[in-house]
Amino acid sequence: MYKTWKGVQPYLLATPQTLVFLLFLIFPILMIGLVSFWEFNGYTMVPGFTLSNYADVFTEVSLRTYLNTFKYVVLVWFFCLAIAFPVSYFLAFHIQNQKLQIILFLICTVPFWTSNIIRMISWIPVLGKEGLINSLLLNLNLVEQPVEWLLYSDFAVVLGMVHLYNFFMIAPIFNSMMRIDRNLITAAEDMGASGFQILKEVILPLTAPGIAIGSIFVVTLVMGEFITVRLMGGGQSASVGKLIQTQIGSLQYPLAAANAVVLLIVTLFLVAGILRVVDIRKEL
Amino acid sequence: MNKRPLSFYFLAAFFGLFVLFLYGPMIAIFMLSLQGPDGTLTFPMRGFSFYWLGQVFQEQRVGSFVEAFQRSLILGIGVLLLSLIVSVMAGLAFRARFRGATFLFYLTISSLIVPSVLVSLGIGIAFQVLGLETNWFSSGLGAHLTWTVPFAFLIVLGVFNRFNPSYEEAARDLGANDTKTFWEVVFPLIAPSLIGVGLLSFTLSYDEFTRTSLVSGQDNTLPLEVFGMTTNVTSPALYALGTLTTLFSFTMIVIAFIGFQMFSKRQQQ
Repeated sequence: MYKTWKGVQPYLLATPQTLVFLLFLIFPILMIGLVSFWEFNGYTMVPGFTLSNYADVFTEVSLRTYLNTFKYVVLVWFFCLAIAFPVSYFLAFHIQNQKLQIILFLICTVPFWTSNIIRMISWIPVLGKEGLINSLLLNLNLVEQPVEWLLYSDFAVVLGMVHLYNFFMIAPIFNSMMRIDRNLITAAEDMGASGFQILKEVILPLTAPGIAIGSIFVVTLVMGEFITVRLMGGGQSASVGKLIQTQIGSLQYPLAAANAVVLLIVTLFLVAGILRVVDIRKEL
Repeated sequence: MNKRPLSFYFLAAFFGLFVLFLYGPMIAIFMLSLQGPDGTLTFPMRGFSFYWLGQVFQEQRVGSFVEAFQRSLILGIGVLLLSLIVSVMAGLAFRARFRGATFLFYLTISSLIVPSVLVSLGIGIAFQVLGLETNWFSSGLGAHLTWTVPFAFLIVLGVFNRFNPSYEEAARDLGANDTKTFWEVVFPLIAPSLIGVGLLSFTLSYDEFTRTSLVSGQDNTLPLEVFGMTTNVTSPALYALGTLTTLFSFTMIVIAFIGFQMFSKRQQQ
């Protein structure tokens, strides 16, 4: 009796979590897949089978939206990495005092605990037409007219996303760097490696899994992003997420579903691509 | 102590700029929300008062902020409790071997990888097809769990990895049953970490926007309400609201930190 209970116990304990994801992740995604073949009669979705929703995804306008989304992904990924690597490196290898290290790391993470929308609104007084940057530029006589493209532009979208998501890059990279055995670096120094060689031959390969995890987060977050594009972008700024949201706004669920399916497949390909380059299993 | 290399100062300056980038805009809206009644959305500051912070609670200015806040608070607490229960149970299950463990692990991780807009759209469509009404406390709660449970689960796994099983064995040898062992031995030991998990779940839920956006039903959560305001509120009341919610988040972090310290101290005694 006790033995069978022991055998069943882990299954019972794992059931709630399995249910959460079956009900709120797997089932909804299956429904998206199903509805993406349904028809739209002008005001509601009707069961049926049509490929016209997918045909719509591959029109020129929506392909351009996908390209624009990739542009955001590449730029945001690049800048997040360009910020996160030196910042983590500084924290992990230049700060010797452990307490200070933790405090500085927390400083980098606190904004992540606050509202994304508020964090974006807070760029208005900085980047706006009468914002801080423009008044500074005007006062220094660097420009004659306020610079318009600082806010409500692709520049602002990328800036906003880097501001929101750099945490997802810093945390895993910092974590990887902290796990590096300091003796390896001492050994490399003893063998006469220069600082740059140590960085390239020792630290970078050992940090790769952290970079990969951070990249997966950033790529998937930006792929489905639409609030930043809405709030910080101008009329020209388009992303797949925003497209899907607009289609839902006009109740075109089957069309939105087809776009969502394509978005999911593209995202999974990107993630698979990252995983092919870097083995992250050691980190999990 | 060694002389610091040049790269140290270079990186320190970079770090400083990064912190300015992170906090600068936030400080700007804090300051602007403390303007006098004729303040605008930009610098220079026009006067100094708490006028706009008070305006947040005037319904005509910004809509029903207080109700949205209450909803987000209740939802956050619900998500916190459920995430803790679900992830600790799963974490306990993962300490024993069971079939399907790998599947559940990847299922949980995949919830972080699927773009948020899909979760929202999917749950919205599922509720519509099933003929159910979406609400912040039903579909919204589910959407939040897909975001908070994976984080909670990963942390709980890490906690149990470092957990020394000999305490439990000792308790069992002394005749305690499973339930008793959990509540009197395991739970007190993992409690400080659970505060962190709880705080993370709560704030992720409290600030969540994308996953909730299509499934909150009639009544908005706070982030949705704030998003609505960005289009039609053009006074510093918007910044004041931002300041207040951010201060609330900070308060939660401080409370959790104090709680963590207290628990750790008690454990050491």
